[in-house]
Amino acid sequence: MSVAPRTPPTKRDWSWRSQAFRGLLYQIIAVVLIGGIAWWLAANTAENMRVRGIKSGFDFLTQPAGFDIGESLTKFDSNDPYWKAFLVGVSNTLRVAILGIILTTILGTLIGVGRFSRNGLVRGLCQAYVELFRNVPVLLQLLMWYLLFTEFLPDVTEAKRIGDIYLSKGGITFPKPIWESGHLFGVAGLLVGAIGAWFYRRWARSKFEATGQIRSMFWVPVAIVLAVGVLGWLAGGAPSQFAVPQKGEFAVEGGGALTPEFMAVLLGLVLYTAAFVAEVVRSGISSVARGQSEAAQALGLSKGQEMQQVLLPQALRVIIPPMTNQFLNLTKNSSLAVAIGYPDVVSISNTALNQTGRAVECIALIMLVYLTTSLLTSFFMNWYNAKSAIKER
Amino acid sequence: MAETTIFKFSPARPAPVNTEGLIPWVKSNLFANWQSALTTLVVGGLLLFYVPQFINWAILTATTVPNADACRAEGVGACWGVITEKYRLIIFGRYPFEEQWRPLVATLLMVALLVMSCTRVFWKKWLIAVWVVVLAAFFILMYGGLFGLSEVQTDRWGGLPLTIMLATLSIVFCFPIAICVALGRRSNLPAIRTFCTIYVELIRGVPLISVLFMASFMFPLFMPAGVTIDVLIRVLVGVTLFAAAYMAEVIRGGLQAMPKGQAEAAASLGLSYWQTQFKIILPQALAMVVPGIMNNFIGLFKDTSLVYIVSLYELTGSLGLALNSDADWRPYKLEGYLFIVAIYFAFCFAMSRYSLWIEKQVNKSKLR
Amino acid sequence: MTTQNQDNIIVFDKVNKWYGNSFHVLRDINLNVRRGERIVVCGPSGSGKSTLIRCINRLEEHQEGHLIVDGTELTDDVKAIDKIRKEVGMVFQQFNLFPHLTVLENLTLSPMYVGKMPKKEAEEKAMLQLKRVRIAEQAGKYPLQLSGGQQQRVAIARALCLTPKIMLFDEPTSALDPEMIKEVLDVMVEMANQGITMICVTHEMGFAKAVADRVIFMDQGQIVEQNTPHEFFNNPQTDRSKDFLSKILGH
Repeated sequence: MSVAPRTPPTKRDWSWRSQAFRGLLYQIIAVVLIGGIAWWLAANTAENMRVRGIKSGFDFLTQPAGFDIGESLTKFDSNDPYWKAFLVGVSNTLRVAILGIILTTILGTLIGVGRFSRNGLVRGLCQAYVELFRNVPVLLQLLMWYLLFTEFLPDVTEAKRIGDIYLSKGGITFPKPIWESGHLFGVAGLLVGAIGAWFYRRWARSKFEATGQIRSMFWVPVAIVLAVGVLGWLAGGAPSQFAVPQKGEFAVEGGGALTPEFMAVLLGLVLYTAAFVAEVVRSGISSVARGQSEAAQALGLSKGQEMQQVLLPQALRVIIPPMTNQFLNLTKNSSLAVAIGYPDVVSISNTALNQTGRAVECIALIMLVYLTTSLLTSFFMNWYNAKSAIKER
Repeated sequence: MAETTIFKFSPARPAPVNTEGLIPWVKSNLFANWQSALTTLVVGGLLLFYVPQFINWAILTATTVPNADACRAEGVGACWGVITEKYRLIIFGRYPFEEQWRPLVATLLMVALLVMSCTRVFWKKWLIAVWVVVLAAFFILMYGGLFGLSEVQTDRWGGLPLTIMLATLSIVFCFPIAICVALGRRSNLPAIRTFCTIYVELIRGVPLISVLFMASFMFPLFMPAGVTIDVLIRVLVGVTLFAAAYMAEVIRGGLQAMPKGQAEAAASLGLSYWQTQFKIILPQALAMVVPGIMNNFIGLFKDTSLVYIVSLYELTGSLGLALNSDADWRPYKLEGYLFIVAIYFAFCFAMSRYSLWIEKQVNKSKLR
Repeated sequence: MTTQNQDNIIVFDKVNKWYGNSFHVLRDINLNVRRGERIVVCGPSGSGKSTLIRCINRLEEHQEGHLIVDGTELTDDVKAIDKIRKEVGMVFQQFNLFPHLTVLENLTLSPMYVGKMPKKEAEEKAMLQLKRVRIAEQAGKYPLQLSGGQQQRVAIARALCLTPKIMLFDEPTSALDPEMIKEVLDVMVEMANQGITMICVTHEMGFAKAVADRVIFMDQGQIVEQNTPHEFFNNPQTDRSKDFLSKILGH
């Protein structure tokens, strides 16, 4: 009576009217159509470039760039080749994007949580912030900040001084610790402290599971990291030399400096994106069903435990995908730096494009940089989502 | 059987403590405990310090006289004179001065059309006809050459009409593409699915500015020799292709949220794939994602400011046009920026409120 | 191929189906359904009973064996599928009415677009069907404004609008509140008495006893037992069916 389970057969019937055949036909049509359009565009481009005498290829990358770059993490001068200029652009993009992401997360989370404040004034201000900043184009905001930094601050020669910090049209100049080998001990200390803190957490968790005693899982580890870091710094001879900026006749010299372009891009991107991040945080928190909070209270969890064990893990799952989107948006929006002359990868490519006329190559390079960033991020996100998804039938 | 007793309901009465009204609100929202009270004092103090200063600058000591000398006078705050002097240049860009009633009428028509499209009463078939008529009227008014209107080349179009036109047209044109791509990404034909996925991920992975660069530098190379396309159209194509990828994702979200039973019921009734999509699935899926579509439109409206980087003078660009070359008014660029910030804000804020409202409607109809 | 009796409107001949590579959901199904026969399919959840009837209008495709509906073999052939779907009506557990269309539009959609019927004629026919399920006064409403029982009756009327030769019911009362089950069953009993071929997956044993010509009991993708309702309920032949009946009739 009973039939043993088997695996399905793989053969298919073929006929002109079969779904399988039609599917194949549609796909062949699509491939031919798209391939044809691509070929037509490529042929036109090649023909146009031949007629206009535009050279193609990436060989220009090894030629000297012939322009200077306003700010760069490494030394760059106009004799350096184009590829080096591109790298400087990429590093400038990444610098503003990474710093921007960190600051945006902090500010956006504060504002998003502020929307749940018991204080009506705070709630109102947070909402006003979100409405104001997300309804004005980010480009306009960048331009406005740049205008404020370059028009309304005093000239370099009359730089405004707050302590050892100088503010002027030339940007902001501040004291910077001078790097000594002693600092290395401090960094090593922080690393050792982090490892120690990790071990402490493991120990505290196993203790908690064994005995039910709850130990601090946050403040004690933080204290361990800081204490060991300071110990390392002391062991390295406690180097505390600062390069303090000095006001010269024509400029403020020494110390660390941020250009107005960098500050305008960073500030504009952070303030704009923070409004969106705040919304993401707000909707994430309010997405956790009220029943979850009630269930946690019915189980007798404290407010903190409720947040940490029940609400946050669920809210984070909702928050993280749109948050990543916002981070990617911030990175992509950093391309607007070209409008105020911050030398990011787009603005360098634009200069290179105008000098060499290699439009296809330069635009391809821009797209490549952003695509790589986006795809890496989304691969990581897919992996993370698959890992943290709630298992459901 | 036992005798039945008649149950008497007790009447409702008001709460013993008044929880409505101003004073209870202040108490529970501003001075609930000492932390809250402290926050209120600090934040309120800061507001009381800065807001009057801003009002003083922006209104009380401001001047609206269109005269740069009046602005330079001692103790004068904001110089709105820059707006009263230059507003036509800012709003209409380089459009011929004496013909500027045309972009004004065209813009008003377009805004009226948008408002109409957002009103449920007008969601009828003839709305499509209205769209066609208004768009035609817009172009005739802007370009001229008909009905005795003088011809105005597209390179002189600018300001707010350009902003609204770019946003509206690209959202309209991106719709058919987006629907096809969204359906394609859910197709069971691997080649078609792959093409659609590549398109969406490619576009979403790069910034708009690189697409605009492509439109302005590479599109001319794509065309056969001898064919030239107006820069405005090239940019429009670029923005449309860009918007379509994002729109496709929004629509795909709606398609994914559709219960499988709808397609199965349609199949069991003998409807074909396209009949099923257009009669059953898309009408419901699109209604579900109207808020997402609105948000896309707001984003696009703001993003049109980027075309200024490829030298089209929409609102942001025309402000630069109006002030950069004028040494007298250049120092008052901040006021100019605030003016267009107000314009952008008014449009985007109104649209985001509408989007919120429609989201509530959608959620309500889901619960129904 | 098996001998094809003119009287058999549906013939399953050694039909096999898998979900993925490992889940063998239908195993060597052999089943003949006579014209006008009323069959009730029952069995534990996951036994393949829904899959079985969904194969008949090819909402699911079988991978092995032959399935012939009204003289047409169901294969990958699109024309055959179109033909079968016009002849087979289906009622779903979740109703699957189209919420953006009115009741009347739900009913006229398929006659107009698939049957190429003029609108007026389609509407007249739709009203006739609505009267038949006693819900004509709700024609202008939207499905979500109706109760579950009313929605399911609209769904039955919708399936009848194509004048199908076969009606499939996939647990039509499982999603209904208890007080609404009867109104739907009444309509179904009425239909059964008019001589249409019916295959009904249901656990309503009262309905099975009242109208079914044959009860089919399935488990693990196989037809374990088939018999007249009287025989099946009073004298089940296998341990599996005895066990199943004791569970559903236990209370």
